[in-house]
Amino acid sequence: MAEAQNIPVGSTTAGSIAVAAESTVATRMSAPPSFDVQDFPVPHGREEEWRFTPLERLRGLHDGTAVATGEGVKVEVEAPEGVTVETVGRDDARIGKAGTPVDRVAAQAYSAFEKAGVVTVPKETVLTEPIRIAVHGEGGTAFGHQVIELGAFAEAVVVIDHTGDAVLAANVDYILGDGAKLTVVSVQDWDDKAVHVAQHNALVGRDASFKSVVVTFGGDVVRLHPRVSYAGTGGEAELFGLYFTDAGQHQEHRLLVDHNTPHCKSNVVYKGALQGDDAHAVWIGDVLIEARAEGTDTYEMNRNLVLTDGARVDSVPNLEIETGEIVGAGHASATGRFDDEQLFYLMARGIPADEARRLVVRGFFAELVQQIGVEDIEARLLEKIEAELEATV
Amino acid sequence: MATLEIRDLRVTVEADNATKEILKGVDLTVKQGETHAIMGPNGSGKSTLAYSLAGHPKYTITGGTVTLDGEDVLEMSVDERARAGLFLAMQYPVEVPGVSVSNFLRTSATAIRGEAPKLRTWVKEVKEAMERLNMDPSFAERNVNEGFSGGEKKRHEILQLELLKPKVAILDETDSGLDVDALRIVSEGVNRVRETGEVGTLLITHYTRILRYIKPDHVHVFAGGRIVESGGAELADKLENEGYEAYTKGGASE
Repeated sequence: MAEAQNIPVGSTTAGSIAVAAESTVATRMSAPPSFDVQDFPVPHGREEEWRFTPLERLRGLHDGTAVATGEGVKVEVEAPEGVTVETVGRDDARIGKAGTPVDRVAAQAYSAFEKAGVVTVPKETVLTEPIRIAVHGEGGTAFGHQVIELGAFAEAVVVIDHTGDAVLAANVDYILGDGAKLTVVSVQDWDDKAVHVAQHNALVGRDASFKSVVVTFGGDVVRLHPRVSYAGTGGEAELFGLYFTDAGQHQEHRLLVDHNTPHCKSNVVYKGALQGDDAHAVWIGDVLIEARAEGTDTYEMNRNLVLTDGARVDSVPNLEIETGEIVGAGHASATGRFDDEQLFYLMARGIPADEARRLVVRGFFAELVQQIGVEDIEARLLEKIEAELEATV
Repeated sequence: MATLEIRDLRVTVEADNATKEILKGVDLTVKQGETHAIMGPNGSGKSTLAYSLAGHPKYTITGGTVTLDGEDVLEMSVDERARAGLFLAMQYPVEVPGVSVSNFLRTSATAIRGEAPKLRTWVKEVKEAMERLNMDPSFAERNVNEGFSGGEKKRHEILQLELLKPKVAILDETDSGLDVDALRIVSEGVNRVRETGEVGTLLITHYTRILRYIKPDHVHVFAGGRIVESGGAELADKLENEGYEAYTKGGASE
C-alpha cells in the first residue's frame, strides 16, 4: 500500500483528518495523525489522550515492546453469497482509505500488521443475512487490519465478535459508497486477561448511512476509538455503545465525529453500567463541526449507571463548532448511582434485591439494545447483562 | 384476622458520628379493618416508626418486637416484609430512572402475589385503578417517580396500595404537600382500600386536615419517640384546637 505509506506525515490522505489536525479536538493529541509508529512518542501517561489509560496494563502495545506471536488471534469470516472476502497484503489500495491512525497504538498496529482482511459488498447488493467476523484470541499478541467496503447503494449488517484471550491492536476501516447502508456490531466479549486497542474509521459516502454498535463486556483493558468522517453531503452516522464494566476492568471508548462536509447528521448514544472495585469506564465524545459543514445536525450522549461503590467513570463530551449555520448540536453526559434508596423503594414493593438491580439495569439498557437490530446479538446481550448481574449478587 | 403488633420498639440512628435513640419504646396494635392515626410534631419519630417497620437499613432496632400475625417482622428482609403484607406509602418516593411505571407495577404485583398476574386482566385492573385516581394513561410509560410532581408521586403510591392489597398499610405523611383536590383524590383511594375491610391502616400525619377525609378509629399522639396519648377521633379535634404544645413542652425527652 505504497500509496498511503509514502504520504508525508500530517498531510492529506483523508482530507478530514488533516483539517481536523488544525483544530483543538485534534491538536490536544500529542502528534498529528500518521501511519508510522515512529511519528508518535512513547506515551508516558500524562498526555491528554492517554491520561485515563493504564499504560502498564497495555502489555507493551504502546512502547514497541509487544511483538506479534504466531498464534495471536484466529479470524473467521462467514459471509452470504455476493460478498467478496479476501486476505490482502499491505499494499492494497483500500487499506487506510477511511482514516489515519491518531495515536501510537493505532500506528503501531498499522506499522506491524502483515495481512489485512478485506470484505467487499458490491454496489447495489442488499444483504438479508449478516456478515459475521469471528475474532478469537488464542492467547498471543496480534496486530490486525480489517477493511469493510460497501459499494454504492449496497446494504449490509456486519457482526465482529471478539472472544478468547489476546493482546490485540487493530485498525478497522469502514468505507461506505454513496447511498450505502452499513450496520456494524462490534462485540468485545473477551476473556478477563485480554487487551484490545483499536481504531475504527468510518468514511461515510454521500447520502450513506452508517450505524455502529459497540458492545464491550470483557477484557482487562479495552480501548476503542470509533471515528467518523464524511465523503459527501447527506451522510448519516449513528454511534451506539453499551458497556458493562466489572471489578478491575478498564473500558475506554473515545469517539470522534468529524463533520467535515455540509448537511450531514450524527447521533451518538453510549451507555454503561459499572460494578465492583476499580471498575473504570472512560468515555470521550468529540464532535467537530468544521466551518464548511453547514446544515450539520448532531447530538451526543453518554449515560453511566454505577451499581456499587469502588467504580469510576470519566465522561468527557466535547463539542467544537466552527460555523453557526447548523440545524442542531448538543451533548449530554450524566452518571447516576443505583443507590440504597432506590433499592429500598423497590424492595419495599416486594421485589427481591437481585431482581431490583436487574430491573434497573435492564431498563437502563433496554432502549439501546433495541437499536441493534440483530436478533441473536440482542438476545446474547440480554443474557450477558443477566450473567454480569448474577456475578454481583 | 391480620394483626400488626408493635411492642416496646426501640430504634437508633447514626448521625454525625453519634448514635441517637429515636424510638423509645413504641407499643401499638393494628388490626385488619382498623384505621389508626399517628399524629405528632416534627422530629417526634413518626417517620422513623414507618421506615423501621418497612426495614430501612438506616435504622437499627435496639429493642422490642414487631409481629405480623405472629411472624417476626424484624427478622424479615425489606422485600419479605412487603410480601408478608406490609406496605409503606412513602413521604418522599424515590426516582428509579429506566424503569417504567407499568413494568414496575407488574414486577411488584408478581412478587407480592407470588405469580405473574394474567396480562389481560392486569392491564384492565391497572387502567381502572389509574382512572379512579385521575391518572393519565401516559403515566404508565413514564419512569418511576421521574419528573413526577408531588401530587403525582402520592397518587402513584396510592395506586400501588390499591393494586398490592396489603394486610397493613402505613401511610407516611401522604397528605403533606398536596392541594385540596389532590388530597381528596388520594383520600378516596385510601378509603376504597379501607372499605374492603381487609387492610389495617396506620396513617401518619402532622396535620388534622386529612382526617376530614379519612376517619380514624383510633388517634395516637406521638412525641419524644413514643405514643404519649391515645384516644378516639375526638383526640384529633383536641389537637386541631390546641396543637402539640402540651406534648412537646413537658413530654419531650430531648
